[in-house]
Amino acid sequence: MWRRGLGIFVILLLSIIGCSSNSVDLKPTVTAWHWMTDRDAAFQELAKKYEILTGVKIDFQLYAPSDAYSQKIRAAAQGINLPDIFGILGEKRDFASFVKAGHILDLTAYMEENNSNWKNKFFPKALAVNEFASGNSYGINPGVYGAPIDIMTIQMVYNKSLFKKLGLNPNQPPKNFTEFIALGQRIKDAGLQGMVSGWGEVWMVDCFANNYAFNIMGKEKVLATIRGEVPYTDPDWIKVLDIFRQMKKSGIFASGLVTMINKSAEQLFANEKAVFAFNGSWCVNVYKGMNPALEYGAMLPPAVGQIYPMAIWGGAGSSFMVNARSKNKEEAVKFLSWLTDQDQQAYLAQMTNNLPANKNSLSKIPEVLAQFSRGMEYATHPNIWGVSEFSLVIEAWDRGIQSIIIGEKTPEQVAADVQKVKERELAKRRAK
Amino acid sequence: MKIKETLENYLFVFPAIAIFSVFYVIPFFWVFHLGLFEWDGISFTKIFVGLGNFKEIFLQDKYWWQSMWNATYITFIALTFQNVVAFMLAWACDREIKMKNFYRVIFFIPPVLSEVVVGMAWRFIINDIEGANIINRMLAGMGFPNLMHNWLSDPNTALTTVALVHCWKGFGWGFLIFLAGLQTIPRELYEAARVDGANAWQSFRKITVPMMIPVVVLVAILTVLGTMQVFVLIVSLVGGEFAGHTAVPVLRILASMRGSSRFGYACAQGITFGLVLVAISFIQYRFSKKER
Repeated sequence: MWRRGLGIFVILLLSIIGCSSNSVDLKPTVTAWHWMTDRDAAFQELAKKYEILTGVKIDFQLYAPSDAYSQKIRAAAQGINLPDIFGILGEKRDFASFVKAGHILDLTAYMEENNSNWKNKFFPKALAVNEFASGNSYGINPGVYGAPIDIMTIQMVYNKSLFKKLGLNPNQPPKNFTEFIALGQRIKDAGLQGMVSGWGEVWMVDCFANNYAFNIMGKEKVLATIRGEVPYTDPDWIKVLDIFRQMKKSGIFASGLVTMINKSAEQLFANEKAVFAFNGSWCVNVYKGMNPALEYGAMLPPAVGQIYPMAIWGGAGSSFMVNARSKNKEEAVKFLSWLTDQDQQAYLAQMTNNLPANKNSLSKIPEVLAQFSRGMEYATHPNIWGVSEFSLVIEAWDRGIQSIIIGEKTPEQVAADVQKVKERELAKRRAK
Repeated sequence: MKIKETLENYLFVFPAIAIFSVFYVIPFFWVFHLGLFEWDGISFTKIFVGLGNFKEIFLQDKYWWQSMWNATYITFIALTFQNVVAFMLAWACDREIKMKNFYRVIFFIPPVLSEVVVGMAWRFIINDIEGANIINRMLAGMGFPNLMHNWLSDPNTALTTVALVHCWKGFGWGFLIFLAGLQTIPRELYEAARVDGANAWQSFRKITVPMMIPVVVLVAILTVLGTMQVFVLIVSLVGGEFAGHTAVPVLRILASMRGSSRFGYACAQGITFGLVLVAISFIQYRFSKKER
């Protein structure tokens, strides 16, 4: 009996010694949540490489589609169980809410270490999306709150083969808006579709309209409108809305554009049914998968005004943030710094055809992607404006544009509707 | 002894009450509570606005009422067209026809398919440039080329198209319940009626219809509850609200929650919508009791 007792005692003792923290130096596991299906394989590969280098395991967990991911992140924030590394999908005000709630670590000190070594790796516009400037309207302490892992620009692409078929010079896309809409009838006569885009998902409509707002009235007037100093009934805003009426009238829009989801738009363009598409730089990877032989080029939306330059949405495509409450936050920061190094960024760009956020990794990218990267010169984004429009105003604006496209409302009617919502929201804000 | 018996009774119903409270009653009141705040769903601070969100829904939110109207329209088509078709098919399958078991299986396939799959399949069938354009080709083939157009992107036809696809997907449920109801009617009643000289129409009117009223009410309630909450099919068919023409309450709630980050307002919309559904079900129930 005593032998049995001794045996159990020895086993217990060995187990306790075996569990002692001094015997093995356990490296933490850093958990990262993301929604990027196309980048998951590359992330997993980089995580393996990082583990070999440092012994720190990075557990990339994919939650797609992006809508589901977005809900998951919000639910995790409410339950204070966010992972060590995560990304945020949404507008700047959502980002600000996360920061205000103490979910996101301020990376400024890390970025500025060693003469801002980490910070200087990035395209400034990519970093700006994750930055809150001093005196920002969200009341956030100035600083950098995220690391961009790639950049994107949203512009137009045109099919070079179809250009040839239409008797056009494939290396000369339309130079201005008049030339652009003049192609509408020609495209129709050839039995092709004009411009496709995911305008069933309204944010892309908003993006297109913003480009023209900057081109027609300049950044200052756009921002003044958001601040409530210029009404949407201003002639310049009506001119912006009239762009859509003119495009509809010219026949340059593809059939069913207002209910088109971006995946369908991408298929139509990749299958050479549509001459133009309005899409982001991520499309390079998508088109490559759908039709590797597709001949196309990137172009800025054809300008209307001559005074102000055309602007396009661009900047950080996807960014990662570090959970401020995580016990692994130092490891998480180190990993993000490594992930945004030149080699890892070049690998990501090569594997996924996304533009790298590290400006030193641009050397080995395909020509069409390089064309998208040149668009960065014209890039802007609502997230860097420092002010944001009321979401209900954006909704009224986007719906209004859809109404113009389907011929239900005039630009003047839409402008009046939007201004009404704006005034209501301004009154509410004043009442607070 | 009586107290013991009473306690025993309560003990038996306690699990059901506990489950119902945890999963239905408490969340309802919690959502109502959140509906009294202005909250973005992320911050730890919420601003109490009382019934302000509800006031906004009732007095200012025209998009919300447009979505309610759209859902009501789809529900009306489902209640009439879908259920009449389901009833007629169930009635046909209840009679002695060839291959009736085959038809039963075929009619029950659409309801078991995912709404996303149904939406994408019909989008492919209907859409002119993205899909096979089958409907328009058929119209042209039948000599109606002037009727050809983009059914899903035309504000005049988008909602009706959505409603008809919803009917196609949903009629199988009604068919199954109607068939089960028809099979419970004693055959002797029909035989007696035949002996008394009643024709098929008289048997249908005097026996089938009165005996089927409770089933019709059940199907109607299920149709209303299921159809008012439709949204997946709409997203996969037309991509979203399409300038408000295909907006439905659930899409509006999602838009408030995700698009505008107004969690409190979305909760208030959810409560309002829930109460409307309860009210409709209650009215239908009262109406059916009166009929009986």
